[in-house]
Amino acid sequence: MSDWLRICPLEDIPRLGSRVVNNGDIDIAVFRNAEDEIFAVDDRCPHKGGPLSQGIVFDRRVTCPLHGMTIHLDTGEAAAPDKGCTHKYRVRLDKGDVYLNLG
Amino acid sequence: MTTTKKTRLVVIGNGMAGIRALEELLKLAPDMYDITVFGAEPHGNYNRILLSPVLAGEMTIKDIMLNDVDWYAQNGITLHLNKTVTQIDRVRRKVIAADGTEADYDRLLLATGSNPVMLPVPGKELPGVIAYRDIKDTGEMIEAASHYRHAVVIGGGLLGLEAANGLKLRGMDVTVAHLMPWLMERQLDKTAAQMLQASLEAKGLKFKLEKQTAELIAGESGRVSAIRFKDGETLPADLVVMAVGIRPNTGLAEAAGLHCDRGVVVNDTMQTYDPRIYAVGECVSHRGISYGLVAPLFEQAKVCANHLAQFGISRYTGSVTSTKLKVTGIDLFSAGDFIGGADAEEIVLSDPAAGVYKKLVIKDDKIAGGVLYGDTTDGSWYFQLLRNGQNIRELRNHLMFGQNHLGNAGHQGRSNAADLPDDFEVCGCNGVCKGAIVKAIKEKGLFTLEDVRKHTRASSSCGSCTGLVEQILSSVVGGAYAPQDASKKPMCGCTEYTHEEVRRAIRKDRLLSIPETLRFMEWKTPNGCPSCRPALNYYLMCAFPHEVHDDPRSRFINERAHANIQKDGSYSVIPRMYGGVTTPAELRRIAEVAEKYRVPAVKVTGGQRIGLLGVKKESLPDIWRDLDMPSGHAYGKALRTVKTCVGSEWCRFGVRDSTALGIRLEKTFERMWAPHKTKLAVSGCPRNCAEATIKDVGIVGVDSGWEIYIAGNGGIKAEVCAFLVKVGTQDEVLEYVGAFMQLYREEAHYLDRTVHFVQRAGLDYVKRRIVEDAAGRRALYAQLLDALSVEKDPWAERVSGVEAQEFRTIRFFGKNETKGGSNERLAENLPA
Ligand SMILES: Cc1cc2nc3c(=O)[nH]c(=O)nc-3n(C[C@H](O)[C@H](O)[C@H](O)COP(=O)(O)OP(=O)(O)OC[C@H]3O[C@@H](n4cnc5c(N)ncnc54)[C@H](O)[C@@H]3O)c2cc1C
Ligand code: HEM
Ligand code: SF4
Ligand code: FES
Repeated sequence: MSDWLRICPLEDIPRLGSRVVNNGDIDIAVFRNAEDEIFAVDDRCPHKGGPLSQGIVFDRRVTCPLHGMTIHLDTGEAAAPDKGCTHKYRVRLDKGDVYLNLG
Repeated sequence: MTTTKKTRLVVIGNGMAGIRALEELLKLAPDMYDITVFGAEPHGNYNRILLSPVLAGEMTIKDIMLNDVDWYAQNGITLHLNKTVTQIDRVRRKVIAADGTEADYDRLLLATGSNPVMLPVPGKELPGVIAYRDIKDTGEMIEAASHYRHAVVIGGGLLGLEAANGLKLRGMDVTVAHLMPWLMERQLDKTAAQMLQASLEAKGLKFKLEKQTAELIAGESGRVSAIRFKDGETLPADLVVMAVGIRPNTGLAEAAGLHCDRGVVVNDTMQTYDPRIYAVGECVSHRGISYGLVAPLFEQAKVCANHLAQFGISRYTGSVTSTKLKVTGIDLFSAGDFIGGADAEEIVLSDPAAGVYKKLVIKDDKIAGGVLYGDTTDGSWYFQLLRNGQNIRELRNHLMFGQNHLGNAGHQGRSNAADLPDDFEVCGCNGVCKGAIVKAIKEKGLFTLEDVRKHTRASSSCGSCTGLVEQILSSVVGGAYAPQDASKKPMCGCTEYTHEEVRRAIRKDRLLSIPETLRFMEWKTPNGCPSCRPALNYYLMCAFPHEVHDDPRSRFINERAHANIQKDGSYSVIPRMYGGVTTPAELRRIAEVAEKYRVPAVKVTGGQRIGLLGVKKESLPDIWRDLDMPSGHAYGKALRTVKTCVGSEWCRFGVRDSTALGIRLEKTFERMWAPHKTKLAVSGCPRNCAEATIKDVGIVGVDSGWEIYIAGNGGIKAEVCAFLVKVGTQDEVLEYVGAFMQLYREEAHYLDRTVHFVQRAGLDYVKRRIVEDAAGRRALYAQLLDALSVEKDPWAERVSGVEAQEFRTIRFFGKNETKGGSNERLAENLPA
């Protein structure tokens, strides 16, 4: 539990939008959907590394802006017919703040 | 029955139409019904139309299964294989099978297909006399081919020829006996039929035309051994295949007292005269027609599922069908009325030496039908024009030479799908080869362009390979493929409504936001998808520019970041240079910015301005601030550039000041959002150095004024503009061009370029609205100016802090520091 990092207040991420979080090393895409669920995955599309944070968010999915691969945010898996997976991180919401766990 | 029990749906007939209806139903309402299926055959649902390649030895039964028994189990469907339903008890609402199995229903779906017609001749029940309908028949034919020599196929239609071809490939000596003077008389005219016959003869098939069967004669073993015709001629025959037609299988329905007239009669919702009972497929009679091809049956299945799911919004109104013979090496396509008549004209291209024959029948400037033999490349295109009822007057001179002739330069000129090797890359955007497409069509049982796009991604991006993909599809599944009627096509998978219906509702019911629209139009998905959300955002803003707020989350990243994303995730910055004219001061600022931000590449773009490529997203607002130039919208479905030539100010040929007009146009229409990118150009004389006649709007100066051209395109598929009108003054140019832009904005589908819009609406229509109707033109122009009055420069807005979070990364350092004392640490929210 010690690795939870407070990222930002929920309202800093637009509904159906995202923010990029950088830990000095890699970019992590943090998404908020219409139901205020939060998801975090590596900001790298399994196809050719496109920045998933820049895609259009819908339901619990995001579509990569480069070639249109769709990723399930709850699993990090690509939607059929594509195959591939991007690393998923744990996130939680507490008193209106978003927390991310890189562990 | 307790209230918690689900409604029970029983399906009779485990074939292509019935199971497609179930698939569609499960998509719409997966948990609504308790489903039971009865099938007389011992197999899961298979792709009947691919029995021909199985017979020909090109595929196996395993290849053609569409739904194996696991599929039924996974979807909780009770499957009774090998059980023929013999009775429907409509009073007690149950069906009873031959072996006594019963099932109760609340809704019943009849999908019993049809029965082959067996000629009533003596000997028709002898062993060795069969029809060609199912796996069992196919098995018997394959078996016979390994033991016997002589086969006679009665019937020279589609099915008979495919059977004959398969038997020949399996080594039999095959004769086709046909009653009519030429083959496939219901699909072909005489010329094409004779060419077909010649190439089948070259493959070793024999033909007996105008022959009526009198009798089938038994040999010593009791098996059929010969066929005798009415004229006395006798041929040896160890196998006789009757392929003389099909009859809707209505026995069960008739016995249950359902109204039948050749087929089971249904209304436009696929409901029979008993409201609890629906019917789809070949067993049906809809508006007096029974179909024998898969494409219309699938449309029926979709409508039926919609009503079973109680959506109640779609109707089946009949289909136009096309035919393609699935004999490897022979290209044949026919559709609609291919014979013509007194009120029709024919365009014929005949090259017997090359084995090519094409005939199109034209009525009232529309394609009524056609036959293609030898080169079916454009079959899908003609069929699309036919179904859409498109006016072809302007295409007429080019029609015969096909769609490619209209300017498709892509694919190294390759356009004949059948000749392509398996490793030929069909879709350059997504790197999909022909072999992968064919494999997906066969293994996954795909029938539509949408299916192929979904499963392979081919043709899902730029769309220039659509024609090739369609050809591959139709060469694999034959007439089962029908391009969708564009006017009825739903916007996307999230809704059944078309673009027009959605736009109409937005205007009529004053819908002002995306969530409101999704709710009002009963979208099937909670927040749409990447294909409908940008379209809706545009439609809303176009309808109510003052009231609707742009939704950045429903824009593709380029329009959200106001810069083009590049393949490495960096961005490009292209400021506006009105009419391609710049100043030393501007150039100096651009140079300074490029150095200060270490921009990796500086390029003069195709749109006469300068692009800074490879910029980090976080630097965008700073670069925009330092540049102090307006956005060039090079990233948007919006007005891009107005390209100009030098014009009369300097050029010794120039007759008009093209540069000044170009600048005025660009200043007036900048920031205009549109269904797709929009490019203008102005040339100062007919030498046309600005290449104005391949733009969305091109203007060419002449002695007496300005000529306005519209709907050209210099992209994947070059299109030359059509002439709209000639006007005298710059003011008039602005009014006509503005009105055309607004018409396009209001009436095109999202992602249609002007060329697609004008092709669909017709040039005559555009002229009527823009040239002939002066009051309408002024109103359109006024609407556009009104919409533009609310648009601000997006770069200046962002420099002043709008959407700041879009450009900021949340950073934190030293992950280790989080350990120890405090168990959390606020990440720093650094400005870029
Ligand atoms: C060899 C061949 C090639 C073809 N090629 C093409 C082509 O290239 N393009 C094209 O568009 N079409 C083609 N067709 C036609 C196409 O296959 C049919 O139009 C389509 O299969 C009809 O679908 P359906 O569901 O109405 O009937 P079917 O697919 O025949 O399904 C009906 C099912 O119901 C079962 N059944 C009937 N009565 C009962 C009962 N009382 N109880 C239980 N089960 C019952 C039958 O056994 C059958 O399995 C071809 C057909 C054949 C035979
Ligand atoms: C995502 C893909 C694309 C990007 C990022 C892109 C980007 C650009 C940019 C930045 C310019 C310079 C325009 C300007 O100065 O405003 C340009 C010009 C052009 N683009 Fe694209 N483009 C893309 C796809 C296409 C496609 C698919 C076509 C063909 C249909 C196309 C055809 C053209 C043409 C013809 C020009 C030159 C315009 C002229 O001379 O007037 N582009 N493109
Ligand atoms: S189009 Fe005519 S006016 Fe313009 S640069 Fe060319 S020759 Fe000169
Ligand atoms: S990098 Fe994401 S789809 Fe290609």
